[in-house]
Amino acid sequence: MSATMAAALRGSLVTLVKGLGGPRWQQLASRPLSVSAGLCAPEAPPARADATFKVTMVPGDGVGPELMTAVKDVFKAGDVPVEFEEFHLSEVQNMASEEKLEQVLTSMKNNRVAIKGKIHTPMEFKGELASYEMRLRRKLDLFANVVHVNSLPGYNTRHNNLDLVIIREQTEGEYSSLEHESVSGVIECLKIITREKSRRIAKFAFDYATKKGRNKVTAVHKANIMKLGDGLFLQSCAEVAELYPKIKYENIIIDNCCMQLVQNPYQFDVLVMPNLYGNIIDNLAAGLVGGAGVVPGESYSAEYAVFETGARHPFAQAVGRNIANPTAMLLSAANMLRHLNLEYHSNMVSDAVKRVIKQGKVRTRDLGGYCTTGDFVRAVVDNLRHRPVY
Amino acid sequence: MAGNAWRSAMLNLLRKWGLIKAQEVSRVVGAIRTEAPQPRTYVRGIHTVTLIPGDGIGPEISTAVMKIFEAAKAPIQWEERNVTAIKGPGGKWMIPPDAKESMDRNKIGLKGPLKTPIAAGHPSMNLLLRKTFDLYANVRPCVSIEGYKTPYTDVNLVTIRENTEGEYSGIEHVIVDGVVQSIKLITEEASRRIAEYAFEYARNNQRASVTAVHKANIMRMSDGLFLRKCREAAEKYKDVKFTEMYLDTVCLNMVQDPTQFDVLVMPNLYGDILSDLCAGLIGGLGVTPSGNIGTNGVAIFESVHGTAPDIAGKDMANPTALLLSAVMMLRHMGLHDYGRRIEAACFDTIRDKKVLTKDLGGNSKCSEFTAAICERVQNMD
Repeated sequence: MSATMAAALRGSLVTLVKGLGGPRWQQLASRPLSVSAGLCAPEAPPARADATFKVTMVPGDGVGPELMTAVKDVFKAGDVPVEFEEFHLSEVQNMASEEKLEQVLTSMKNNRVAIKGKIHTPMEFKGELASYEMRLRRKLDLFANVVHVNSLPGYNTRHNNLDLVIIREQTEGEYSSLEHESVSGVIECLKIITREKSRRIAKFAFDYATKKGRNKVTAVHKANIMKLGDGLFLQSCAEVAELYPKIKYENIIIDNCCMQLVQNPYQFDVLVMPNLYGNIIDNLAAGLVGGAGVVPGESYSAEYAVFETGARHPFAQAVGRNIANPTAMLLSAANMLRHLNLEYHSNMVSDAVKRVIKQGKVRTRDLGGYCTTGDFVRAVVDNLRHRPVY
Repeated sequence: MAGNAWRSAMLNLLRKWGLIKAQEVSRVVGAIRTEAPQPRTYVRGIHTVTLIPGDGIGPEISTAVMKIFEAAKAPIQWEERNVTAIKGPGGKWMIPPDAKESMDRNKIGLKGPLKTPIAAGHPSMNLLLRKTFDLYANVRPCVSIEGYKTPYTDVNLVTIRENTEGEYSGIEHVIVDGVVQSIKLITEEASRRIAEYAFEYARNNQRASVTAVHKANIMRMSDGLFLRKCREAAEKYKDVKFTEMYLDTVCLNMVQDPTQFDVLVMPNLYGDILSDLCAGLIGGLGVTPSGNIGTNGVAIFESVHGTAPDIAGKDMANPTALLLSAVMMLRHMGLHDYGRRIEAACFDTIRDKKVLTKDLGGNSKCSEFTAAICERVQNMD
């Protein structure tokens, strides 16, 4: 019984894995599946009317809506030519359904740029093991998650002057959502590593390093224990590294990496790693510079870019209390403006945020101050008026 | 449960009669809990402990620890054994039978660093030991050392890691060329065992809370099972506070404020990463003790750093990690007094900063460092 079951599982797994990587999946996803399929207009042209950019916004759960309000306030005050298309997709608040997901996906495909909060995953699952956030990522094939870990001038932590980039593969690895209970009390969870995706993320990392003028890329792995899985990842990284002779390539084991990050984080430059280690190192590095409230991040696919915070937590304890720190979301919004080629507005927003932090008078609770989110946003808006003269 | 009530009633009775002191409760508890209590070698008040010096700097630091214990007049007798893998009947790799017999008899072991030769054909020695004695819990107390400054002060936490299954099950295969699948195994039995050990440890060592670290929002079934078992164990130990936290939240908060954590219990991979992270907070693997607890009362305490072949034989090694592991061993055996004195001597020597080995920032030899600690321990009486 177990042999045939295993064979069946392997067969379905192969199809699934092949499907996940193949072009057919993306075609499937782009077909409108909603009931009103017949009423859907043919695909809209990219939104560029009147030089106003349309951006999809998904506030998410927890403090997401508050942070999005902050972004909107700052954009309005700065006359930023961006228009938001809001969608409220949430698993915990029962505002999720297949149709909603489709709407969000269609909107994202039209606009190609999105800004989102964290869509929280409840621990109990009803049927599907993959959460909405994971499905969004898979359908848009957002394979690369980039987190910028930069120390904020004016806010001192135990390690100052940090400048790291953490690149994490976001679609496979431990987050495959392939789990099953073979026998009662014995659960298997599959971690999938493919050569294609490992090569893709490695190439992304090296291209990113080249574009931003970085010197070193370090691959993080646990190939001494997971010899085949992480071994394949490491091998792919090494193969891609040979195509970039100007960039130094190293590798380090995950537990040693964590230890080195708390003792001497300056030895790292760009880090690239599979999914779970990325989650750990993202949050660790965010903690080094000041927490989840100050680190921006973004997710890229071949066609789309989604901007969000670096360390993704819904932070439900802060909902409604007006204490969340909007720095991360504002910096991420500034990165989004740069992506849209609105250099001037991007610099205006990020300079204003950095100026407020440096002055140190208005700080939210996580940075040791007593101000509310509203106070911080007002301070940023005030600083927006001092526009740098070009 | 009825068994627990009966056990605690009997313990209270024994305590009232003065037959056991409060310190020895944990040892007695351990003895009563096991199905087949093995007689520990306890002759005329002297405990026999299996010592595995290891490779590289192993022999030097083992000698250092033996000297310090002698100076402290600790009632420990050492039985040295060697563990190099040999091929037993049937082609299976195993540890030498005299080492196994010694461990089974003594139950307590102290191990130095073992090297894993690449391409030797046999699995790593640590893995072999773990499998032979079913060492299911890895305990690493991380306490900031006063004389050794790191950016993180006041760290005082314990990481308890499930050591037999999880992501390190070793089950991997290539499905098609270019696609590899690695299996993470979570079983009810192992999760229950580690959860109960964590709470037992917290109770025996006067720890206030236990935090389960998991990623049940992503790995809903596997970590969900682990979490359920932790919650069930929490029900049985109402005097210890239980919280649960996501792995990424723990990492985020650990580097900002490590004082908020007490005892952490988690599956294998997260435990590996977090325990090394916590070791980094207090100063690295050279000063971190570690203990492995197995079934039937077996416990092996070890130093987790490498064999350091470049400084082997040069009298430059730092015995702190092995010494603190030995102190952990004394506490496990109930010899709290000796443990406290040796630990205090070690910390005082480091705080003094006069005689320090190279990795701690000084330039003394290992033997000088050991002699300083011996002197302090003797003067403490």
